[in-house]
Amino acid sequence: MEMQVVQRARETFLTGKSRPLEFRVQQLKSLQRMITDRQGEIATALKQDINRSQYDTPLLELIGLENEISLAVSKLAQWAAPRPVEKSLLTIRDQVYIQPEPLGVVLIIGAWNYPWALTLQPLVGAIAAGNAAVVKPSELSEYSASLLKALLPRYLDQELYPVVCGGVSETQELLRQRFDHIFYTGNSTVGKLVMEAAARHLTPVTLELGGKSPCYIDKDVDLRVACRRITWGKFVNCGQTCIAPDYILCEPSIQNRVVEGIRQTLLEFYGPDPKSSPDYGRIINQRHFNRVMALLDGYTAALGGQSDSSQRYIAPTVVKDVPPHARLMQEEIFGPLLPIVTVSDIDDAIHFISEREKPLAIYVFSSNKKVIKRMLAETTSGGVTVNDVMMHYTLNSLPFGGVGQSGTGRYHGKHTFDQFSHHRACLVKSLGMEGVNMPRYPPQNHQKARRVRLAMRTPLVDFSKGTYIWAVTASIVALGLLVALTVILILAAGVSCTCW
Amino acid sequence: MASQSEVIDRLRATFRSGVTFPEQFRMTQLQSLLSLVEENEQLIQDALHKDLHKPKFETVLSEIQITLNDLYFAMENLRTWMQPEYNIGKNLATRMDDCFIRREPLGVVLIIGAWNYPLHLILLPLVAAIAAGNCAILKPSEICQATEQLLAELIPKYLSQDCYAVLCGGAEDTKSLLKNKFDHIFYTGSQVVARSILLAAAPHLTPVTLELGGKSPCFIYGHIDIQKAAKRLCWSKFFNTGQSCVAPDYVLCTAQTRDALLPALRETLRTFYGPDPGASLDMGRIVTPRHWRRLMDMLEKSKGKVVIGGESREEDRYIAPTVLVDVQESDALMQEEIFGPILPILTIESLEEGIDYINRQEKPLALYVFSDETSVVTTVLNNTSSGGFCGNDGIVHMALPGLPFGGVGASGMGSYHGRWGFETFSHRRGCMNRSWLLERVNVLRYPPYSDYNLGWLRWATTFKKNSWGGCSVM
Repeated sequence: MEMQVVQRARETFLTGKSRPLEFRVQQLKSLQRMITDRQGEIATALKQDINRSQYDTPLLELIGLENEISLAVSKLAQWAAPRPVEKSLLTIRDQVYIQPEPLGVVLIIGAWNYPWALTLQPLVGAIAAGNAAVVKPSELSEYSASLLKALLPRYLDQELYPVVCGGVSETQELLRQRFDHIFYTGNSTVGKLVMEAAARHLTPVTLELGGKSPCYIDKDVDLRVACRRITWGKFVNCGQTCIAPDYILCEPSIQNRVVEGIRQTLLEFYGPDPKSSPDYGRIINQRHFNRVMALLDGYTAALGGQSDSSQRYIAPTVVKDVPPHARLMQEEIFGPLLPIVTVSDIDDAIHFISEREKPLAIYVFSSNKKVIKRMLAETTSGGVTVNDVMMHYTLNSLPFGGVGQSGTGRYHGKHTFDQFSHHRACLVKSLGMEGVNMPRYPPQNHQKARRVRLAMRTPLVDFSKGTYIWAVTASIVALGLLVALTVILILAAGVSCTCW
Repeated sequence: MASQSEVIDRLRATFRSGVTFPEQFRMTQLQSLLSLVEENEQLIQDALHKDLHKPKFETVLSEIQITLNDLYFAMENLRTWMQPEYNIGKNLATRMDDCFIRREPLGVVLIIGAWNYPLHLILLPLVAAIAAGNCAILKPSEICQATEQLLAELIPKYLSQDCYAVLCGGAEDTKSLLKNKFDHIFYTGSQVVARSILLAAAPHLTPVTLELGGKSPCFIYGHIDIQKAAKRLCWSKFFNTGQSCVAPDYVLCTAQTRDALLPALRETLRTFYGPDPGASLDMGRIVTPRHWRRLMDMLEKSKGKVVIGGESREEDRYIAPTVLVDVQESDALMQEEIFGPILPILTIESLEEGIDYINRQEKPLALYVFSDETSVVTTVLNNTSSGGFCGNDGIVHMALPGLPFGGVGASGMGSYHGRWGFETFSHRRGCMNRSWLLERVNVLRYPPYSDYNLGWLRWATTFKKNSWGGCSVM
């Protein structure tokens, strides 16, 4: 069944249907309509999947998605146009440019924590780049998956953008087919399997994975604001966010104030009993509930710690003085548990972070520019937000992706378009100027070799519009100044002239 | 003699120390690499002549000069490339923030070279790796022994031994090398080996750049100066004895064009190599007896008619520049990349027929069109895909550092040359430095949620169509 779906998508792609810009824009606008028209149903599905509050849905998923679609619609012509590059003296009369082209049929595998954003944002880029796309939403967010399967064919071309639902075996069957690019969001264990499956067909992949995103809080920082921002980022979606601050690093002297700041914020956000707040979420399923609770084994919570298995509810929980070898610190938490690990200073914090796998995000709270500079220069991560959490995700001009174990490739905004395109290098010459070409042909001799070397050594020139306008303007101004100077000299020399 | 893991560990420890990060260090290493090539030109020419019977002219052009050019380009632009990119569009909510993209080194990278251009195919990626601030392990092709030995001797002499190492060996050694974790693997070679490299990279989630090959088609269609076209075609095809990943593999043209082309090809070949190419100093040889045998087998099995050349000599692995006509799609010469001085001509009745044929095959590394008619060039460009494209010439598009060089589909993934190499070996880290101000705007996002807050937040974060980065109204 999966094979037929992919086959049909490929046949339709080969007819060229998805290439014209008008078609792509029309599909994107249709996708926009789907989101606007069906917001209520989407919110309901998310409530059933993960107890997502009705406000979190637009905030965390839909607004971002709408922005992506608007940007793509507005900029598509620019993105898809040939991009001129620098020329050399030898190619001065030739056309030299990079042409973005569709790859073909791509596979998008979504995740369950933000089932709409993480499945549809890549789709926006895939459509914009002119591809066909097979969409495989996560089966763990089953209500959203079935809703997507019902809705997408009603708004988008059914052959080019089919939705395939199912579990592990359906995904494996899909991965046996040949795609021109695979975009996967999820965990690194499955990420490795996706890469292995892709290897067989030499298919390039984008992997948006995760990791433990550290959050360093410097001593002399406004803890009130810092704790509020961190608390928001950590407990939104019940901690099930790939870029949530996973754990805190701070000096022992401020640990208690940090805990107090978080406690106060939790009260502001969710009231004294988060379980009854409509704004607090739940864990996606029993297996993950058990996994997260097991991480807490043997540790006493400084805040929270309560749970209710029947509702898959875990209270916002903070644990102090967590040793680096604790289970809490071995895997990505992906839940509402916030360990605090104490470090002696910024050096210690940087060392702690660098010893571990490269995370998807790093957070630094500090008013000291030197501290921020060091953290940026001496660590690496997918992305960084300083003095807040997660916000680098919201700006679609920043590339969003991991490095090392946290992933490969990037997307958002134009980066998604580029990720799903092939950048074809084009040189269109004329058969004229053959005289310049002569030295390269055999039979060879010393003089010819020297001439070729000289010709190859010429520097590259930027013929882009901006440089061109600058060059012309500068030349005109220079010429004008030269004329002015000449006139002044003539007048100064007192030369009489009958022309005026 | 240090083991593979010892070498990798040493490089990793050096990388962790941060010594490769500063611009000054990278410049010094690039300068040293420049000296390595400039001071050892004669040794390089000798080694390449020993391995591939490469004429000095080709060595200078396609191995030495191309490497030097890339080095000059990298050194001149390194500072610009290393700068954080600030020209990022912001929205209302992030107006007061510092947003930028940093380019950061990946770590310890592995560069696996190939045998057809044993110097530049390993040094150009090295230039990019050094420029991007990484440590690198070089694994040159074992088929070109003289070049392999030269690299093993010269690299430690000129470059920092703690940052860059050359590991030599055959297939088994490469396999065990791949069991280690790298932060990027750059491979140039065949599809078969590429698959095993991807499979080795998957458990470590290592990103990979694959520069592979394929059958690069060459259209000769419509109104065209057949003499000039023949010259450029011959040059690109028989350069390095056809052993170039971007050599035009086969020609597609009408019967009429073919009849005009053949005498032009004969004349050009005579001008280039004289009446007996086997005696010309400018004609190369096939790299090994095994590769020579593969080409001879293909030629023997082919059902096409040899109209030019066809001579061969086993002792010095010589094959004359050979052209065949009446070659069908099913021919032995059309099943795999030729990679030799054999040029099949397939006749087509129309441009569409040729385009359909190309689209039935795997996406090639390069595609060529010789035509004076813009419509022909545009039609082919719009209806096909390939790694790169060159109109009215062959191969030269890869000498421009402004253009990315790489494949698509079965011809590879990723690209390099110039800035593209720098980006390949870098991580683009998105950074947002938020201001403490505007907390009042931030408050809108916190629970307890309300419709009122949501409305304002939507307004503040929505992308405004046609808005300029700096001009949206507050």
